Amino acid sequence: MSFGNVVGALVPLNTLGRYVHWHFIQISVANLIVIALMVLTFVVALVAPFPGRRRRRENR
Amino acid sequence: MSDVERQWTTRLRRRAVAALPPDKLLPDTQPSYVASWIYVFGVTTMSALAVVIASGCLLALRGPQWWHTSSVGHFVNSLHLWSVEIFFFAMVVHLWGKYFMAAWRGGRSLTWVTGVVTFLTSVGAAFTGYVSQTNFDSQWISTQAKDGINATGAGAYFNVLNTGQMLMWHIVLLPLAAVLLTAIHVLLVRVKGVVPPFDERAGAPAVTNHDANDANDTNDEKVVDA
Ligand code: HEM
Repeated sequence: MSFGNVVGALVPLNTLGRYVHWHFIQISVANLIVIALMVLTFVVALVAPFPGRRRRRENR
Repeated sequence: MSDVERQWTTRLRRRAVAALPPDKLLPDTQPSYVASWIYVFGVTTMSALAVVIASGCLLALRGPQWWHTSSVGHFVNSLHLWSVEIFFFAMVVHLWGKYFMAAWRGGRSLTWVTGVVTFLTSVGAAFTGYVSQTNFDSQWISTQAKDGINATGAGAYFNVLNTGQMLMWHIVLLPLAAVLLTAIHVLLVRVKGVVPPFDERAGAPAVTNHDANDANDTNDEKVVDA
């Protein structure tokens, strides 16, 4: 069984898409997840320590 | 002015070297404030774009029958799709970062504007890609898109139901524009240097070891030399 078959078994891809409908806002769950991941990546990029930062300061 | 001085090659070379001397074009150090993950997303976007173009060239070599039916074709097709996903993902995080840094300060407005135009061009490249798949998905998307585009009047010149035209836009015009715009965008960053943080004004402790960066700064955000 290919990797695609395994993933396809986990996420039903043969059904209608799932949507979040809130007032006039309608967005697919897939797109909502991607936006959430982008926000998460943005926040992590701001707070996560950057490797090599300390070394550069010692060199000064 | 001598004949040699008047030659366009001489004048162009002098202007290019004055605007971008080699150590500014390919700098060996950056100011310490650049040591943050948020600065990684520009290069991530650029790297993803390189994979998009390379995988697209592979798809072009063999054509739709290959990428729809063979397993290697499916793989390269997926490589193309997923590098596009990473491209847009990284580009959005990049632009959020630049927005909150107000990275258009200090005469960098063209950097921002070329970014915006690259973004719009990439959206066009993605949409023409969706309608170039030659499957039911592309048929559905193009028949949905045609009414909107026709309502703007652009349909007379840009016909989403015309597979050949959409494919040409997708594989020639829009990638060419995206790559050119990206090159200008990154060269502009090199000319101006990475924008200093808000509190990095005159009087604040100096952190840069590369003064080439603020040579062209015209506003009050100048980094002071140590
Ligand atoms: C193909 C898409 C893009 C690529 C490959 C790209 C690449 C880059 C790179 C490599 C840098 C150097 C600094 C860094 O990485 O943080 C940069 C800076 C910058 N980018 Fe982009 N970018 C893209 C799209 C955008 C978009 C959509 C915007 C905003 C609308 C934008 C706005 C900026 C600005 C304002 C800077 C200057 C930062 C400074 O001077 O400190 N870019 N870009």
